[in-house]
Amino acid sequence: MSYTSNGFTDIKFHEEIIFERSRPGRCAYSLPAKDLTGVADLIPADLRRKELDLPELSEIDVVRHYTRLSTYNFSIDHTFYPLGSCTMKYNPKINEKMARLSAFTDLHPETPLDRAQGTLKMMFDLQHMLAEVSGFAEVSLNPAAGAHGEYTGLGVVRKYHQKRGDLKRKKVIIPDSAHGTNPASCAVNGFEAVVLESGPDGKICLDCLKGMLNDEVAAIMLTNPNTLGVFETDICAITKACHDAGALVYGDGANLNAIMGVARPGDMGIDVMHFNLHKTFSTPHGGGGPGSGPVGVAKHLVEFLPNPVVRKVGDRYEFALLKDSMGRVRSFYGNVGIALRAYVYLLELGKEHIAEVAEHAVLNANYIKAKLKDVYNVKYSNDTLHETVFDDSKLPNHVTTMDVAKGLIDRGYHPPTVYFPLIVHGALMVEPTETESKETMDGFIDALKDIAEKAASDPQSILNAPTKTYIKRPDETLAARKPVLKYGAEK
Amino acid sequence: MMRYLPNTPAEVKEMLTAIGVGSVRDLFKCVPQNVLLKEPPALPKALSEMEIERHMAELGEKNTGAAMLSFLGGGCYRHYAPSLIDQMLIRSEFYTAYTPYQPEASQGTLRAIFEFQTMIANLFGMDVSNASMYDGATAAAEAVMMALRNDRKKRTRIVVASTLHPHYIQTLKTYLEGFAGEVVLMEFDQTTGRVADKELAKIDKNTVAVLFQYPNWFGVIEDIHAIAKAAKAVEAWLIPAVIETTALGILTAPGELGADIAVGEGQPLGIPLNYGGPGVGLFTTRNDHVRKMPGRLVGKTADREGKECFVLTLSAREQHIKREKATSNICSNQGLMALAASMYLATMGKEGLRTVALLNLKRRDCLVKALAKTKAKLAFTGPSYNEISLKLPMKADAVIEKMAAEGILAGVPASRYYPALDNILITATTELHSCADAERFATTLAKVIGG
Repeated sequence: MSYTSNGFTDIKFHEEIIFERSRPGRCAYSLPAKDLTGVADLIPADLRRKELDLPELSEIDVVRHYTRLSTYNFSIDHTFYPLGSCTMKYNPKINEKMARLSAFTDLHPETPLDRAQGTLKMMFDLQHMLAEVSGFAEVSLNPAAGAHGEYTGLGVVRKYHQKRGDLKRKKVIIPDSAHGTNPASCAVNGFEAVVLESGPDGKICLDCLKGMLNDEVAAIMLTNPNTLGVFETDICAITKACHDAGALVYGDGANLNAIMGVARPGDMGIDVMHFNLHKTFSTPHGGGGPGSGPVGVAKHLVEFLPNPVVRKVGDRYEFALLKDSMGRVRSFYGNVGIALRAYVYLLELGKEHIAEVAEHAVLNANYIKAKLKDVYNVKYSNDTLHETVFDDSKLPNHVTTMDVAKGLIDRGYHPPTVYFPLIVHGALMVEPTETESKETMDGFIDALKDIAEKAASDPQSILNAPTKTYIKRPDETLAARKPVLKYGAEK
Repeated sequence: MMRYLPNTPAEVKEMLTAIGVGSVRDLFKCVPQNVLLKEPPALPKALSEMEIERHMAELGEKNTGAAMLSFLGGGCYRHYAPSLIDQMLIRSEFYTAYTPYQPEASQGTLRAIFEFQTMIANLFGMDVSNASMYDGATAAAEAVMMALRNDRKKRTRIVVASTLHPHYIQTLKTYLEGFAGEVVLMEFDQTTGRVADKELAKIDKNTVAVLFQYPNWFGVIEDIHAIAKAAKAVEAWLIPAVIETTALGILTAPGELGADIAVGEGQPLGIPLNYGGPGVGLFTTRNDHVRKMPGRLVGKTADREGKECFVLTLSAREQHIKREKATSNICSNQGLMALAASMYLATMGKEGLRTVALLNLKRRDCLVKALAKTKAKLAFTGPSYNEISLKLPMKADAVIEKMAAEGILAGVPASRYYPALDNILITATTELHSCADAERFATTLAKVIGG
């Protein structure tokens, strides 16, 4: 088969670090002309700074600089971006337009509540919609990202046990397939993370779990479907066993896209869960944030939610402070501008389309799996939902997962998540999401097949990849050995 | 067909055949029957794009505070944002990309973060900045936790200025729930609005860290040299927080004070109010602490052909490698907002930022002068930047309400967190106000409280 790439050619302009564009005396800002002589004296001399090193540019310099930098990036709007567990779905344009309405962007968080009812209603209604989708009693929008949501949810767990005087519970059980944030969030909360080895089918082994449950266990943290895309079929028995032992069940909502509108974590006995609005609810990933990680809780945990909570009293929306709250987790009220995008997304999906999201996401993942399972090894052969994990064990000539990733870049696709989950050696974790079409996936499938073929017939072409990008493979060891983290620092 | 779902019924059928199942629902057989929903969750009826626009416009009309003449500050500030910022920020290549795990496909984001790290480190006068935190409050809490984890003497007393933004103090207390650490507050002097001199004695040999804000929540600039000296005397980690970051256009940089970690909020650097989020948390430290830092870092290196390039680095500190032993649980940060702050600093440059700071000082001075004709007095004698606390002859809450009826958002009542200070109003002016705005504030206030 002769392979043609995804139309991936580009003109790349060389661009320097912004400080190198600086020329003394240039100016990119426009401020009212004012006589500022003597104004600095309003600050006592010993409180004034000595120097400030920022670049001096004209407006076109700044614009060209960032425009050129942007051309070095892959993005969802360019191409397929199947990062497993990251749910890189399309980010609707209406979300961005609505989030830029001045009625929302110009609202100050200390505005008297009667003059901020639009945003408060949006927050309250979004909380309610997220609760409906997930089967929880109440949702807080405070956390700024997924890991922050985990931190907050585990704080709720801590407060629950504290209130009951159950102070021995310091352990949290975490499957070995979990995201690294799970154990790290435990540590920040003062919990000890205890690893639960996955069973031979990649799922939680119910009997192994039961053997670990005792009066020192505060909670189990699980992701369902897990990071293999495999649904924990024993979920109801798992949550029951935990509850019987006095422990709570924390759900990592990273993979909610697999079941949204089809089944609800709350109905499975999960007590607390964070959502990732930047995954499941279409808000942009922004090159690494801002995200939003709301936390949903079952009825018995509502009193422990972070402060403040948005409530409706009569016809008015207001903030309430909960006496037994796990505390405040940040300034003000969350990444409200991100929440608004998720709200707009849910308005457009509505009851009519909410289930189609999971249906198409799962269909797409299974299609890729069906088409590639004879070419790339699938370690766990269970039914998968929204994502599927291949590995590099079938590839010849020492071609590894990293090489496959780089080969995909040359073919115009963003690589999947690589080397995760840790339980699959050389993992390639593919999550297509529902917003991709069959022909996009066919192109991706062909690219992966071509890479596998070349690995046998012309391995050097894969080991040299990528060749079409602005830079070739970087020396990561050098970066870590002699860190240069600031322009001019090496001088 | 729904516009975000491209597969046609014919394609769905082809795909099902390839998979070898009869229907999409067959793919969900692994989900126990008893938890499968019989009907979709009770969301409202789906809206079309034009219906959404209308709905949001109507919702926006209920935010009557968004368009009023506002003097609100207290941790979130309205500033000039050059038009280019949003025009650049809405480039899909930036906002629809994710964490730059694949450096060859992410040099744009990586270079932008490297420049952000540089500009923020320079702004703070520190050696190194990370790629950002969620906000200033979590940055401050993470700074204290970093000090606790790495203090050679294993000290646990954390001395915090009571003039630090109340949300920051509350967030810190939440984060310390899982740690051995005790918060001791330094009270402020009722005359100066600064940490009282005698309270510095609370910084003792058991103190691991000293956390304070300048300009503080009341708008007063602390005696930063005295606090630094007291912290240095006991070798405690000195952690200044700057929330109104435009002030660093004129004020002493944390690095000049000998800060060990300096944190802050980047929202004032060209980011809209957005009801308090998203902003961007700033976290800087000294070179010798780099490997103890939370959060992502971008470093410079070379590619196979020797070309300069950038990668995420020192990730052995982070959760995806170290799991429970990581320096923090943070993963996603506030990337796009960090980019906005970078664009702001690149646009303003050193002269622009200094000019913004001077304009802020001038506007504050206009307001102070205009207030001379009212019964409002400056509550504190300490120096200020663009925010002042006013002592009113009546309750601040009542004044705020009456001023709002006149179309002015007058400020934040100190009683929100200090019930005893119920006649103190915290009022901010920025370069966006004109002296006429200050006059209008004063005239209206005179009408409300008496001239």
